[in-house]
Amino acid sequence: MMHYKTIAELSRDLAAKKISSVELTHYFLDRIKNLDSQLNSFITVTAEQALKDAKRADEWIAAGKGGPLTGIPIAQKDIFCTKGIKTSCGSKILDNFISPYDATVVTKFKEAGTVLLGKTNMDEFAMGSSNETSFHGPVKNPWDLARIPGGSSGGSAAAVAAYLTPGATGTDTGGSIRQPAALSGITGIKPTYGRVSRYGMIAYASSLDQGGPMTRTAEDAAILLNAMSGFDPHDSTSVDDSVPDYTTTLNDSIAGLRIGLPKEFFGEGLDNNIAKAIETAVKEYEKLGAIIQEIHLPNTALSIPAYYVIAPAECSSNLARFDGVRYGHRCENPADLEDLYKRSRSEGFGNEVKRRIMIGTYALSAGYYDAYYLKAQKIRGLIRRDFMDAFQKVDIIAGPTSPTAAFKLGEKTSDPISMYLSDIYTIAVNLAGLPGISIPAGFTAQNLPIGIQLIGNYFAEAKLLNAAHQYQKVTDWHTRTPEGF
Amino acid sequence: MSLTSADVKKIAHLARLNLSEADIALYTQQLSNILHFIEQMNEADTSHIDAIAHSLDLTQRLRPDRVSETDQREAFQSIAPRVEAGLYLVPKVIDEE
Repeated sequence: MMHYKTIAELSRDLAAKKISSVELTHYFLDRIKNLDSQLNSFITVTAEQALKDAKRADEWIAAGKGGPLTGIPIAQKDIFCTKGIKTSCGSKILDNFISPYDATVVTKFKEAGTVLLGKTNMDEFAMGSSNETSFHGPVKNPWDLARIPGGSSGGSAAAVAAYLTPGATGTDTGGSIRQPAALSGITGIKPTYGRVSRYGMIAYASSLDQGGPMTRTAEDAAILLNAMSGFDPHDSTSVDDSVPDYTTTLNDSIAGLRIGLPKEFFGEGLDNNIAKAIETAVKEYEKLGAIIQEIHLPNTALSIPAYYVIAPAECSSNLARFDGVRYGHRCENPADLEDLYKRSRSEGFGNEVKRRIMIGTYALSAGYYDAYYLKAQKIRGLIRRDFMDAFQKVDIIAGPTSPTAAFKLGEKTSDPISMYLSDIYTIAVNLAGLPGISIPAGFTAQNLPIGIQLIGNYFAEAKLLNAAHQYQKVTDWHTRTPEGF
Repeated sequence: MSLTSADVKKIAHLARLNLSEADIALYTQQLSNILHFIEQMNEADTSHIDAIAHSLDLTQRLRPDRVSETDQREAFQSIAPRVEAGLYLVPKVIDEE
């Protein structure tokens, strides 16, 4: 069963010429064709391009020029611009947008010799926690087709969980890699802000957005993150610093690693199944030699209100570019310029995007700036200070990724605030710009995946991946497969 | 903070969105709820905290003033809704006398 192999295993098989990239690509394209109608995880399948990429990869391997990702099929979240390929960002307003250029992440994967299987479904402009705001319809969770896979990188999460692709990219503004990874039973890491280039990654909230890999194992995440990371002059907030090889420290011992459990992550609202699974996972870490202590992140609850000022404020500004003039949807027969703007935008954006644009517009409007935006930026300072205090005492912070397992489709769509609260454990990490990873850590009584989140200090991705890999060596949650896939 | 339907109409105009009367009623309720939720922030004492706009306190990078990009007007305009003679077309914005 080739699809159960990890990227690391497929990489060895390709290098040893046990299989060709063309065969591998046909295999995964067939799986997508046969199975994705159940999930809706892809917006665009790039079969023709994929086979071209695969042929090129096989040539590289034959010539001895292959790297660890040469010939490996991957999927890109539809937020990453791909030259000559539709990049819709899950929105009607970009449904006719054929990107004229590649995102830096896409370029880097091309240079590594990966094969692009297609573009994955997502919440519109990455605004959502359930993948239900997509113009292309919701994605189903492979573990229970009546449930959501999480969001906003729900298509990538479902595609990886259902073995339709060995790995995929995601983006995380308030939890959009980690929460769907948890709810779909896979591994996903949000790197430190600035580690992965945002160039060509369609902007939602620029001071929070960060791309990262979604895979089944921490080892695979390390391999993909190696390819994605690094300084990019095209991104003004890209960090100009060397990137370690994340695979070399995976097998380091974690004896003596100090893990902090924030008391605020285990209070009211946390599903009991999840609390127990995290407790068990923490015991596993103790067996591996980690030292566990309780810590405090006292302002966690404030992270959601602060986020719902900062992110909408930035989105209202970023999404002003969609005006029906230069690209994207344009309304029919505009009476005048204002009508062109208003109708193009109103027809092109969905409800959640409109809500966030309006909240942001209001928060930034004259007379309200101090009460909303400035206050939120101060809370952000408070949250960062909490984390810095915690990292004086511990090396990493552990807790649940999400307060509940995957919920039912439609369960939270009528109440935006209940949807926002599902990101309670992930949002503070974005506000502080820290790295965080979610890895599978058990199942609920209803057989739904549970994720444990590990949060690190700035640029501690290697430590997070090391701690995740060590856990995956002694547990098998990440190898469980949803029935039918 | 509770918004009125007049507030929502004004916000929608500033954001260049057209809303139907039914939408305005719905958004008035939803946006008011969201703003009420956001106001939890006021419970925090932030008088001694600096506002941060960016987690890593980076300053904007400068680069030498050299041409680094090639002209791609044709590629960019090939995906535009309406162009003519290298220009993006929009409805007339200046009235004739």
